[in-house]
This record gives sequence, structure tokens and C-alpha cells, in this order.
Amino acid sequence: MEQKTKLLAEGGKQEILITRSFDLSVNLLFKAYTEPELVEQWMGNKVMKMENQAHGSYQFETTDGHGNVLFRANGTIHKVIENENITRTFEMENTGFPVQLEFIDFEPITSDTSKLTMKIIFKSVADRDNMLKLPFAQGINMAHNKLEKVISKLYKQL
Amino acid sequence: MNLRRDVFQAIADPTRRNILILLATQSMTAGIIASNFETARPTVSKHLQILTECELLRQEQQGREIYYHLNAEKMKEIADFLEPFRKLWDDRFNKLEQVMKNYQSKK
Repeated sequence: MEQKTKLLAEGGKQEILITRSFDLSVNLLFKAYTEPELVEQWMGNKVMKMENQAHGSYQFETTDGHGNVLFRANGTIHKVIENENITRTFEMENTGFPVQLEFIDFEPITSDTSKLTMKIIFKSVADRDNMLKLPFAQGINMAHNKLEKVISKLYKQL
Repeated sequence: MNLRRDVFQAIADPTRRNILILLATQSMTAGIIASNFETARPTVSKHLQILTECELLRQEQQGREIYYHLNAEKMKEIADFLEPFRKLWDDRFNKLEQVMKNYQSKK
């Protein structure tokens, strides 16, 4: 069976390409990325701020049951064209991973299907590979319980 | 064996990637591999050494010749390391699709 979500990470390049087809109109797909209450539902974190406009910004946050912040990420929205594309940066706070640049393209296939293309550009090839390797490293370091927890938490929030 | 080398570093080089592609269909001697590249033979030898050190290639003695062939298991390891990341996004997008279908039907 063909995989719905495809990941392309060519050796030696500091970028990755994620593509996915949806049984959703391009309008709904775009909404899923721009309506805070919808973003919260599929990303699984709180949206503290989301200004869908040129030079706007956004911020995601996850807290535990006691209100302690477990994860926070933010970025600047460079450009938004409705139902077409979003250009923005993304940075996870306090993780040591540098900011990345994201080009998110939305395309209609038919009136009720669409395609998403996400191109993520990293600061360096090594930064990209470290990001990609996180869950892989997790697999081979299973013995280290605490580390595993931290990594899986971090990873869930990417 | 040089432990500083890892497979990801090994495949970051375009010549080394081409060597792996070349060996995907059949095993070859260093001489035959080198004849496929413009690069000087000692340079190709160096690449072969790196690929062998990080276990992407295996050497096999056949008579007087040494043949290089792909280590499929190690190659699989590289392919597999991307899978968790892909799966993460796949799960997330499945959720997105579900969320939006619910949203649509409520309207």
C-alpha cells in the first residue's frame, strides 16, 4: 500500500520535504492550519498566539496537569496567502535546536481533495540530521528510561 | 575501525552515494568501481574505506580479487531511521483529517 504521508530527506541537504494528500477541500486543509482551536485539536498543544498575516507571530505551549510548561515553540509568520501557502519560522524554546524555516503549500486536487507540501529548511545538514535522528536514537536507547521520556515528549511536540 | 564516522556522515557525500547506488545491483572490485568515476582512484579507495568502516559495504575475497557489496542490513537501518519521523507526521495528519471531517459535518 502506498503511504499517505511521504518524507524525503536527501543525503547532504539541509532540508526535508513532507507531502500528504487529504480527503479534504483545500479550504478545510488551510483552515486546519490557521484556526487556533482546530490547530489545537490536531497538534495537541495550546495555541497561545496566532496572527495569520505578514510579519505576524505564533506560539504553542503544552503544560502538565499542574500548569508547568513542558514545551513551548514559537515562530514568525512571514507570509500567508489564503488556501495557497504559509511561510513561517519555527523554533522550539530551550531545546538547543536552531530555528527552522517552513514553506507550507496547499493545493487543490479535486473539489474535495487536496495536497499539502511542507518544505523545512534547517540551519545546517547536521541540525537536520539530529532532528530526524531523535526518534531513531530513542529506539536504540530504550534502556535509558528518563531520556526516553524526555525525547518522546519533545518529539510529540515537533 | 574509526568510530568517529557514522553512516549519516558517510551518505552525506555525493560520490559515496553514487558508489552505493552503483553497488545496489551487483558487487564489484575497487578497480571497476573507480572506472565509473572521473575521480582519481586513490580518492575512490578512500571513499570505499569510509563506506566499509561504517559497515555500509562489505568486502569479499573471490580468488585474487576483493569484491565490494552492499550491506543490506545497514542500509535498512538508514531507511528505518526516517520511519519514526514520518510516522509522527502521518499520525498527526490522520488526526488533522479526522478533526476537519468532524468540523465539516457539524457545519
